[in-house]
Amino acid sequence: MTASILTVDDSPSLRMAIRIALTGAGYDVTEAGDGVEGLAAAAAKRFDLIITDLNMPNMDGLTMIRELRQAPEQAGVPIIFLTTESDDAMKQQAKAAGATGWLVKPFVPEQLIKVSRKVLGR
Amino acid sequence: MSTQDPVAAFRVEAGELLDQIEHGLLDLGHRLDDRALIDEVFRGLHTLKGSGAMFGFDALAEFTHHCETAFDRVRKGLAPATQELVAVILSARDHMRALLEGDGTGLEATGAAILEQLQAAIDGCAGEASGSSASPVPTSPAGQAARGGWRLFFRLPADAMANGTNPLMLLDELRELGDCRIVARTDTVPPLADLVPTECHIGWDVELRGDISRDDIDDVFIFVMDDMELTIEPLGDAIAQAPPETIEEVPVVEVPATAQDVSVNRVPANAGAKTNATPGESVRVPAERLDELMDRVGELVIVQSRLSQLASGHGSAVGNELALRSISEEIERLAGELRDTMMVLRMVPVASLFSRFRRLVHDLARETGKTIELSTEGETTEVDKTMIERLADPMVHLIRNACDHGLETPEDRLATGKAAAGQVHLSAHQAGGEVLITIRDDGRGIDRARVRAKAESQGLIQPGQQVSDHDLLQMIFHPGFSTAAQVTNLSGRGVGMDVVKRTIESLRGAIDITSVPGEGSTVVLRIPLTLAIIDGLLVRVGEGRYVIPLGAVEECLELSLEEDLRSRGRSFITLRDRLVPFLRLREIFDTGTRPDPHQKIVVIATGSERVGLVVDQIIGSHQTVIKSMSPLHRDVATFAGATILGDGGVALILDVAQLVMLGQNQEERLRAAG
Repeated sequence: MTASILTVDDSPSLRMAIRIALTGAGYDVTEAGDGVEGLAAAAAKRFDLIITDLNMPNMDGLTMIRELRQAPEQAGVPIIFLTTESDDAMKQQAKAAGATGWLVKPFVPEQLIKVSRKVLGR
Repeated sequence: MSTQDPVAAFRVEAGELLDQIEHGLLDLGHRLDDRALIDEVFRGLHTLKGSGAMFGFDALAEFTHHCETAFDRVRKGLAPATQELVAVILSARDHMRALLEGDGTGLEATGAAILEQLQAAIDGCAGEASGSSASPVPTSPAGQAARGGWRLFFRLPADAMANGTNPLMLLDELRELGDCRIVARTDTVPPLADLVPTECHIGWDVELRGDISRDDIDDVFIFVMDDMELTIEPLGDAIAQAPPETIEEVPVVEVPATAQDVSVNRVPANAGAKTNATPGESVRVPAERLDELMDRVGELVIVQSRLSQLASGHGSAVGNELALRSISEEIERLAGELRDTMMVLRMVPVASLFSRFRRLVHDLARETGKTIELSTEGETTEVDKTMIERLADPMVHLIRNACDHGLETPEDRLATGKAAAGQVHLSAHQAGGEVLITIRDDGRGIDRARVRAKAESQGLIQPGQQVSDHDLLQMIFHPGFSTAAQVTNLSGRGVGMDVVKRTIESLRGAIDITSVPGEGSTVVLRIPLTLAIIDGLLVRVGEGRYVIPLGAVEECLELSLEEDLRSRGRSFITLRDRLVPFLRLREIFDTGTRPDPHQKIVVIATGSERVGLVVDQIIGSHQTVIKSMSPLHRDVATFAGATILGDGGVALILDVAQLVMLGQNQEERLRAAG
């Protein structure tokens, strides 16, 4: 079965780039515009992977990751966050919140796919 | 969004981000310690930087990075937000737009200057910002390799599995690196009663053989490395056990697989961007409107299949004719609905227009030293996208006028018992097929005496001539008319209200001004909802057919033979005791054919000025789809465009404003001749 991926980002262009890369690699992609939408989408269906930005309006990525990890049905769902932060603090915070891994912007589609394969195993 | 080009999408989005940043900064100017606003601006800068770098806008990303770093100090409370800082970041924001729209050449100096100002504004501490190091990998002994392989032991942190790390996949990844022997250490697995099923209790010993760099192993564990138990040591003693061929192989080659290495070749943005370098050309459409359109298209397809069935069918002639008529009616209805739906797609709320003026008013207030408050109303009113674009310049001028000439200085205002802050109010609402846009200020109003003096000195009215107040105010729309006693930086350069009026009229709109001395002025723009389709009056001149916009037509009458003869060479008719100049289109268009015996006059008007057009025949009203003229013919003043008629012929659309001007000139020439 095709792996389904939820991508959460407030930037439509970035979401588009991610969608094009991941659907091109054969994944099934769902989009959400911020943490609130992301939570709603994740509640409706369990995804195989969630890729999220950290800095977003309404609800930021950190809060969303924390909320997701609170929910027992989301246990074990890999969460990759996108970050432009060069300082380690943000990364540590996101990891402490329960993220699985990260990807530093800017990235090329190959990196995105590589990271997705890494955590999905397919 | 239908486009599949992320770079184009980014341009649109970056434009919106810049607007958002601008709004945030303008609001911040009023409430300097509003944390939410500071966060909003910061987030805008942050996203712009991140996405900019993603799509190859390196100059933009780098410049924005510096601004973000500086602004981050404000966000963290290390530096205060000041008016000066807001002004500098506003100019930085303009520079970002230039970087976004241009190819980035020739802008370095401007950028450097702004960054310097920024540094000054933020206490000279912002400069120490370190360049971003995009390294996702914790620094590890680089490039180390062990010839024979590695022996490692790892145990995942307790919450790793709940957090989405699957140890089996890590093992799979290790297997892909080379020959692998894996032994699970189960000694730490607790008795069943104490076992927490979501935790990983097993550790693994792995012997990895082959020419494998330490980096590759680090890569496998990159996400969990910081918290896990991991020992990695070279398989020194084990070399002897390794298959001999591995020993002889060439020294390790670095595999360029880490994120660092790849980040050099970004998405090649500018290659694709060159082709559609005009940003902002896309329209955002709510999905339900597209659904509506889809419904219509669906119906159209059904009707089309009915039509082709009819064309290939063998029904009786009478039956066919009936069916054909019903299909024709169906298509007519669908075309009408499609047109309406389509037109709605092009509509955007005037909010996008109004929001541009906040910055303008902010800048004007700074330049003039006045306090100005801008309020808006009816921003959700929708207008055709093209109309919005074309309205921007005239409105800028009107708002400048209001702020510069209309509003008084705070001292003067207080002296006359008004609040110190001047009000400029923009409102929009729809009335029938038109949108009314009002620009109102509560300033000093228009000085009638000065307008009169100027009009007399320009010979527009005779000294002492009785003119109604309304007509007197209309004088300001005359070319070269400016009442500003002192020409300022902002307005009063003589290119003024006449250009505004002409622009509005070229949109088939109208402009009107009212003013109460001491209380302020109000300018009302009436513009049609759309530029794409108009109701027209189809007329014939010689053999050519022309469309006159129906909104401009006042009345149609017959040019009686005696009136025709009497007016030869004078071209005036008396219409309800007023002389109205008329233009013989046959002469203007140099028509060679014989004129019809009974010529007609179509009286058209803009504002209070009227002119008659003599045509051969009035054909009737016509729904006119406006096609723009080719670039070659764009400068032909008399025509506003062209349309295609039901029989496939082409009709030119007359430019009413131009024709009225022609008529007025004729009137003036005649007056001059006595």
